Amino acid sequence: MTSSLRVRAGLVSVALLIAFLGIWHLATRSTAPVATMSPEYAKLMGLTATQGKSAMPGPLDVGAKLWEHLKRPFYDNGPNDKGLGIQLAYSIARVGTGYLLAVLVAIPLGFLIGMSPLLSKALDPFIQVLKPISPLAWMPLALYTIKDSSISAIFVIFICSIWPMLLNTVFGVASVRKEWINVARTLEVGTVRRAFTVILPAAAPTILTGMRISIGIAWLVIVAAEMLVGGTGIGYFVWNEWNNLSITNVIIAILLIGIVGMLLDQILARFTRLVTFPE
Amino acid sequence: MSGKFVSIEGIAKRYSSAGGTTTIFENLWLSMARGEFACVIGHSGCGKTTVLNILAGLDEPSEGAVIVDGQAISGTSLDRAVIFQSHALLPWRTVLGNVSYAVSSKWRSWDRAKVRAHAQSFIDLVGLTGSEHKRPSELSGGMKQRVGIARALSITPKMMLMDEPFSALDALTRGTLQDEVRRICLETGQTAFMITHDVDEAIYLADKIFPMTNGPGAVLAEIVENPLPRDRGRTDLHRHPLYYALRNHIVDFLVTRSKTFAAGTPDHDPRNVPIVHIGKPGLAIASDAKPEAPRETSCPGQARA
Repeated sequence: MTSSLRVRAGLVSVALLIAFLGIWHLATRSTAPVATMSPEYAKLMGLTATQGKSAMPGPLDVGAKLWEHLKRPFYDNGPNDKGLGIQLAYSIARVGTGYLLAVLVAIPLGFLIGMSPLLSKALDPFIQVLKPISPLAWMPLALYTIKDSSISAIFVIFICSIWPMLLNTVFGVASVRKEWINVARTLEVGTVRRAFTVILPAAAPTILTGMRISIGIAWLVIVAAEMLVGGTGIGYFVWNEWNNLSITNVIIAILLIGIVGMLLDQILARFTRLVTFPE
Repeated sequence: MSGKFVSIEGIAKRYSSAGGTTTIFENLWLSMARGEFACVIGHSGCGKTTVLNILAGLDEPSEGAVIVDGQAISGTSLDRAVIFQSHALLPWRTVLGNVSYAVSSKWRSWDRAKVRAHAQSFIDLVGLTGSEHKRPSELSGGMKQRVGIARALSITPKMMLMDEPFSALDALTRGTLQDEVRRICLETGQTAFMITHDVDEAIYLADKIFPMTNGPGAVLAEIVENPLPRDRGRTDLHRHPLYYALRNHIVDFLVTRSKTFAAGTPDHDPRNVPIVHIGKPGLAIASDAKPEAPRETSCPGQARA
């Protein structure tokens, strides 16, 4: 029954995709009449005016261009013309670095805050104020103090990933069932061993949920950050192709951003399943 | 029965709040001999779980002290194992993992094989052989509590503290586990302190029953010596001539005297509470004996409980 549901859901998905591509194709066909005008003027106006072709590419144009990109993902023709693989690798490396730094800070700090009611209360106002700040608002400050656009982007990722992880770790650690702590206490388990054998496994699902939220936010923010700092990365690629008026490349980039984001989420989901325990 | 193995000396528990201090209980004195099985019985809110937590070291008394085996306790100890009401197994560990955790906490220098072998022997003792690698979520309530018992016994404590360990189980499982606990305690000469609100459980398991009055301001009313022989069995328990007298005495206490005790006995001395002997101790269970008073089978306790 479940497998048949799966098959049916798959069929519906494929049907929806085909319908979407079909509508897209029909909507972007050349329909307007070809206008006659002087060749100089036509050059200025571009294909949209002269051949009645929409600047919005159809699915076939995007498909062909995508195939071109997939054939040569790692070419490098100078600063403004790099393969999509290289651009994605830059973005993933920045997200990875900023995110990893955030993990290294947020989880131990969250542990401390969660285990100490005093720290928890003392730091709460700071966290409440810092958490809702858009990570991009930090960008000028980062650029001014760090004086390196690439490291600034990493800092922005760090600052946006840290809050969900920190808050989830604090919550997970603070809400470990009292009876499990009592078991460790009656067994005279020391603080360090208790932290690793009781609190960490008990809080792990909550911590991983925070990490999963963070990676999603980090991937959202990197595109915007790279549009600002420029140079490399998928966000820069999108902005660069917009300046080139290549909507086809923009659409391809959007598609790839979605796919990479989904993969990152799936990796964290897999880790979450590993540490989740049934009760 | 040699002297006082456990001695609770004038403990009190108070909570301060905005409206003043609430005294849950105060001036509580209680002692137990080595190898004795004691049950504290009372209504919810009389602070019996707090007494157990203080004895375990999980909670601290506002006043007074607890002496176990000649030493005042401070904090928890591996000498006093706790069986929790909610079994409190670590759900990410298997049965063997849960028991091994306790074993390796007690003997930190032991290698894995030795810890496993020791843990396994206690899993066998509670009849869970074959389920070592199951996780708590795959076990029934009774099996979970068996693991809790194995975990408590595996550290070979000087005494066992049980906080209504069977109250979440169905009647049939509860009976089996009571049998097991009684067998193990008798075999190992374990000193046991149990909290319960089940009269029959107290009668079957305890050597001494400590009824507590209702809180706040709860006191230990008296000490009821269990007149039933030590080799009593679950099936013929109710045939003992003193069974109903004992049961009625406790049920009467829970139904009426637990409320009126403080007002009715102004000269109550918490340091020297009266010891209640029901009938004459040492009578054997006569298998053909009839319950002496049939009216007592429908005692008020059952109707109101």
